[in-house]
Amino acid sequence: MAASSPAAALPAAVIDASRRAERDARADKLFRGLLAAAGIFVLVTLIGIALSMLWGGREALAQFGIGFFFSAEWDPVNQKFGALIPIYGTLVSALIAMLIAVPVSFGIALFLTEIAPNWLRGPVASAIELLAGIPSIIYGMWGLFVFVPLVGEHVAPWLNDHLGSWPLIGPLFTGPPLGIGMLTAGFVLAIMVIPFISSVMREVFLTVPTRLKESAYALGSTKWEVVWDIVLPYTRTAVVGGVFLGFGRALGETMAVAYLVGNSVKFTPSLLEPSTTIAALIANDFNESTGLHRSSLLLLGFVLFVVTFIVLAAARLMLLRLSRKEGNA
Amino acid sequence: MTDARLAIATPIVGATGREVAPAGATKMAARNLNFFYNGFHALKDVNFNIAEKRVTALIGPSGCGKSTLLRIFNRIYSIYPKLEAKGEVLLDGENILDPKYPLNRLRSKVGMVFQKPVPFPMSIYDNIAYAIRHYEKLSRAEMDARVELALTQGALWGEVKDKLKQSALGLSGGQQQRLCIARAIALRPEVILLDEPTSALDPIATGKIEQLISELKDHYTIAIVTHNMQQAARCSDFTAFMYLGELVEFGATETLFTKPTKKQTEDYITGRFG
Repeated sequence: MAASSPAAALPAAVIDASRRAERDARADKLFRGLLAAAGIFVLVTLIGIALSMLWGGREALAQFGIGFFFSAEWDPVNQKFGALIPIYGTLVSALIAMLIAVPVSFGIALFLTEIAPNWLRGPVASAIELLAGIPSIIYGMWGLFVFVPLVGEHVAPWLNDHLGSWPLIGPLFTGPPLGIGMLTAGFVLAIMVIPFISSVMREVFLTVPTRLKESAYALGSTKWEVVWDIVLPYTRTAVVGGVFLGFGRALGETMAVAYLVGNSVKFTPSLLEPSTTIAALIANDFNESTGLHRSSLLLLGFVLFVVTFIVLAAARLMLLRLSRKEGNA
Repeated sequence: MTDARLAIATPIVGATGREVAPAGATKMAARNLNFFYNGFHALKDVNFNIAEKRVTALIGPSGCGKSTLLRIFNRIYSIYPKLEAKGEVLLDGENILDPKYPLNRLRSKVGMVFQKPVPFPMSIYDNIAYAIRHYEKLSRAEMDARVELALTQGALWGEVKDKLKQSALGLSGGQQQRLCIARAIALRPEVILLDEPTSALDPIATGKIEQLISELKDHYTIAIVTHNMQQAARCSDFTAFMYLGELVEFGATETLFTKPTKKQTEDYITGRFG
């Protein structure tokens, strides 16, 4: 009895094990399929949105051809549409935002990782995350009621007086001090993207090994030298990634910009006069548009995709060249 | 300056009377040194000397404070908050714990090499040049010569001379550690602190580093923290045994390993604890 029962049980156990192996293999295959589907879902959605924009814009594309992208005219009354002004506005307002946001974020991240006492790190980091959670309409309202008067009464006149007569950059700072325009939009955009850039920077700065920093200090480096020569090169890829994440957001931000940029489709070199961006123009015009007008807005949406894509690709290329230059491919 | 140095250097015998004055001039010395980590008393009244152009080893079980002690000699601990050293650490008779002692000067005189090799994320050449640029403005040719000299002294020149522009991260662990030693040497320090420099290396790489140490002591004063008692016996002229934050015994390496005077020292070196 004692001898026969294990003998009888053995084949059963073997069969059981082989069944189980089959079942495991099936489950594993299913799991892999699900993960792949999740990955593909992103791609399909992205391409689907871009293509449906392009499809919606086919009428405008047929009417204006490639000239749509280079024409500075946007005239719903005469049914003439071109994308140059909103493209220009989008890039310039985002650039202004980055000029302000990158150094400030860098400072925030360094302060939090290198200098701030421990008790202060948590609260400041949470405050920054809260800043990221504020809806953009709030930024728009705040900007319009608080920031616009401030710029109109103090900043714009000052810029007018001090920089307006300079060669080359003078025209950027001329015009009536309305308070709305690219500069104001850029300022508020900067505040909106700072949380994104600074939290990415903070997280990657934390990954720099202590011993690397200690070695640099041991050679007599100052805090600034350690940051500039050791921390930044070590985290370069992620830092650039964070900066372009913020840039992408600044390019596509809609509501706050629509409140602050002035929504004028006339070209002006001045950063102090009303202008527009792709997203703001779409938000303003879409409800009242029909036919060719609407088609042009959809095509504009596609253009925003392309602009963002080019910016991200440029960032990739830059990183690639940097690492090749250092010879550690 | 010479007068001040003499004045500070004279009172050698401390209250505990524990120290053994080693032969040769004293390069660095700890006097009644206490150290606190967030209030934890990590070093207790440590007194001992580091002799000029000799190798002094610090041994003891984990957590005994030997690395802590080493990290006071170039004040590297001071980059962290809530660490506090009390007492005196003299370098050529001057108290380096005095906040007025310039950190820049201290770190150019006292170099340090850490447990794990830490090349900077740049080329081999720049790893060395980076350190030098902090202190001296050199022409291209002078810099080339200094880099070659440092790498030669670090026993690495032959292996890297054809790939100076390549990233230092591509070197093997042992090579990286010799690069770190070369980087410390490049500043022409007077003292080199080695914090378990071979603990992350294989036996062959370890052998090369030990060889290097014995060559370097002709020119530099060396203090080495090690877990490996054979290493201390092989490389050092003087050895300090530490236990629970106290310096238990200090003397010529040969004497300490063959005729220890304290029971704790004997137990540790014979492997009864640690």
